Amino acid sequence: MSDAARWSGLRAGRQRLRDAADIALPATALVVMLAVIFWIRPAAMSYFGFSLLFKLSTPLMFAALAQMLVIMLGDIDLSNGAFVGLVTCISALYLGPQPMLAVALFLLAIAAYAGFGLLIHVRQLPSIIVTLGLSFVWLGCGVTLLPGPGGTAPDWLIGFMNWRPPLMPLPIWLAILAALAGHFVISRSSYGAVLRGAGGNPRTLQRAGWSIAAVKTGVYAAAGALACLAGVLLTGLTTSGDPNVAPAYTLLGVGAVILGGGSFSGGFVSPIGTVIGALTLSIAGSLLSFVQVPPTWQIGAQGVILFLVLAGRVLLSEKAP
Amino acid sequence: MSSIAAMSDHATNGTSASGRTATDLLEIRGLAKHFGAVQALRGVDFHLAGGEIVGLVGHNGAGKSTLTNIVSGSIAPTGGRFAFDGREPAIWSPAIAKSSGIRCVYQELSLATNLSAAENIRLMHRSLCGIGWRARARALVVATLDAVFPGHDIDPDRRLADLSIGARQMVEIACAFSQTDSAVRCVILDEPTSALGHEATTQLLAYVRRAAASGLALILITHRLNEIIEVCHRAVVMVDGRVVAEPETAGLTRTALVELMGTIEVPRQAGDRSAAGRQDRIALAHSGRDARDLAIRVAAGEIIGFAGLDGHGQRERLRAMFAAAENTAANGAAFVAGDRGTEGVFALWSIADNLTLRSLPSLSRLGLISLGAARRLAETWSAKLNVKAPSVDTPILSLSGGNQQKVLFARALASDARLIFLDDPMRGVDVGTKQEVYRLLRSEAEAGRSFVWYTTEFEELRNCDRLYVFREGRAVKELAGASIDHASVLEASFGGGDV
Repeated sequence: MSDAARWSGLRAGRQRLRDAADIALPATALVVMLAVIFWIRPAAMSYFGFSLLFKLSTPLMFAALAQMLVIMLGDIDLSNGAFVGLVTCISALYLGPQPMLAVALFLLAIAAYAGFGLLIHVRQLPSIIVTLGLSFVWLGCGVTLLPGPGGTAPDWLIGFMNWRPPLMPLPIWLAILAALAGHFVISRSSYGAVLRGAGGNPRTLQRAGWSIAAVKTGVYAAAGALACLAGVLLTGLTTSGDPNVAPAYTLLGVGAVILGGGSFSGGFVSPIGTVIGALTLSIAGSLLSFVQVPPTWQIGAQGVILFLVLAGRVLLSEKAP
Repeated sequence: MSSIAAMSDHATNGTSASGRTATDLLEIRGLAKHFGAVQALRGVDFHLAGGEIVGLVGHNGAGKSTLTNIVSGSIAPTGGRFAFDGREPAIWSPAIAKSSGIRCVYQELSLATNLSAAENIRLMHRSLCGIGWRARARALVVATLDAVFPGHDIDPDRRLADLSIGARQMVEIACAFSQTDSAVRCVILDEPTSALGHEATTQLLAYVRRAAASGLALILITHRLNEIIEVCHRAVVMVDGRVVAEPETAGLTRTALVELMGTIEVPRQAGDRSAAGRQDRIALAHSGRDARDLAIRVAAGEIIGFAGLDGHGQRERLRAMFAAAENTAANGAAFVAGDRGTEGVFALWSIADNLTLRSLPSLSRLGLISLGAARRLAETWSAKLNVKAPSVDTPILSLSGGNQQKVLFARALASDARLIFLDDPMRGVDVGTKQEVYRLLRSEAEAGRSFVWYTTEFEELRNCDRLYVFREGRAVKELAGASIDHASVLEASFGGGDV
């Protein structure tokens, strides 16, 4: 069709250019931070250096993708970090000796996530309140299972996290795979359009005959599954479980989504941007060590970095036509 | 693959010259719908055949939207019979209506603006999925746009948020006429041309005619009566939840159509408020945004009404005037919101706290609120407005809607503001409360206060000294005193010859 051809070239390219501009900010921030680190410590520019730098980014990245799904619906998930903590407890206690029990508990947890998504929709509750409450529930479950750090990750999991695949370190491979898979499902697939439509204008979707309840339940279930994955991978890294290991994931995840071009208003999210955002935020800590910020100041300084990049995002989106 | 609704699959079986077929596609008998105590539809008969274009006209609250929402499955009727394609469906929902071939173009743009046109059309069509869906969706939206609006310049891959309102409306119309697996049989167009330019409007009306010629049934709702006379076969005039006339449009004039809408004429109540003597004391003068937009002046002691069809710029002007008055008027201005839930009531506060809010500066001594004075003020005004509650400490949400609205009135009246803006505050309030408030407004006006009152209910306009009728975002007509009647308001709402 000549009409379709008329649009396919130049104009489709323009939208793609704008999407690319969305992820330019976190990408630039990431490159600048890496440049500073390599300038101070050229030895970090190696397979081993990259492995070390990005080691802790893998679970954060999956937690951020889970957060992204919820933000896509116009909601927010404040229980994300506590949930990851609970999953590390289950993994460290049961994944080695009783894998079937562990998997059953994971499925139960994911079903709970989906159920609360449905509850938020049916009762029209604010997600911020429900998930804030849930964060304490997950923490309570975690503490009941494992009052302090303990348990052991199964050897296969530790082995996987220390695996050295060819060409690039494991965290980079996982980041690329997750970004591409996310981009395909959310930004390119026909069902991704439905999901983003649910966040942008649920009434449109309803009038077109889709079930918002089904969409919300499914998306919350997927968010729960991604958070589970984050928890399992984190257990492989830390080799033990701890209900209090990941409270920072909640807000770092939100930061990664916004940094990556997402918006709280729902419907605007970028999986590639979110992954790059998570990588950026996770090496902010390393950067501060390299420039010899005293440990007592690091948390505060990390907050300043987060503030600066997010302020950059706001300035950028104001300038956009 | 041809995918344009009207042009392809519709067999033109039995379409007569006038576009009428023997059997009706849509048949409605005695349809009723009430929302609480409000009767939106009081037994409506309506029929629509394939190939027919019916124009639905009526003033605010006549029941047009309720009727079309029932047809599209968005709301369920409370009585009457409804048959589509000769069958009475047991259940009727948006999904079933859509799969039966009913499409709607809504007055408020109803697309997801975070998505592109191609992605929006995908939401409408479940079959647009799998490999290559994007190219197919793009082709479908472009082909439909080309058919309806030849020469349009809409990029199907741009987010709608980046398009103009007119372009978004064109995309919405294209989505409604697009067709994949199930046939489009009936399209409801609710004010489709209000956001379109002249050329696009002409193109749409021409397309509507072609679509009907190929067998599609169409319902057109528009305030531009010339469009109805131009393209529709039949006009259906609604007043007060009833169909009062169904004239054929051949030979019908705009004036005759307006007169049909004014068939229920309530005798004007004795409201001999002569405002002439106060015109020398102007409380606020507010110029329009261009030459066609009337300047509005408010004299002391005057009640000014904003009339016209809902959503034609009254609310925007009211807010602009309120903002201007806050800065210029001596004691500032007060605003009574109609949308209690979102912009009127502080849900967790008591009656007294809600009522005294606007008066806190004058109740304060050295920056602290004088609690005794605040309480006296609350009790005085609560009694004056006859708010039915055990005490002024009662939580406001425990009151009925009418009594909550009284508290909001009291908030404005208890303050020292000389100029009070009312944003359709009596919506959904019972008749008794209304009468009490009207009396109070009149006595306050006698005492020298001025009111600017936007209302969607015609009866309320009778309380006003002067009216400004709005059309298409502008105040187009000023009516005063004896010239305020249903016919002249209708006439001005639907425009003179210059549509």
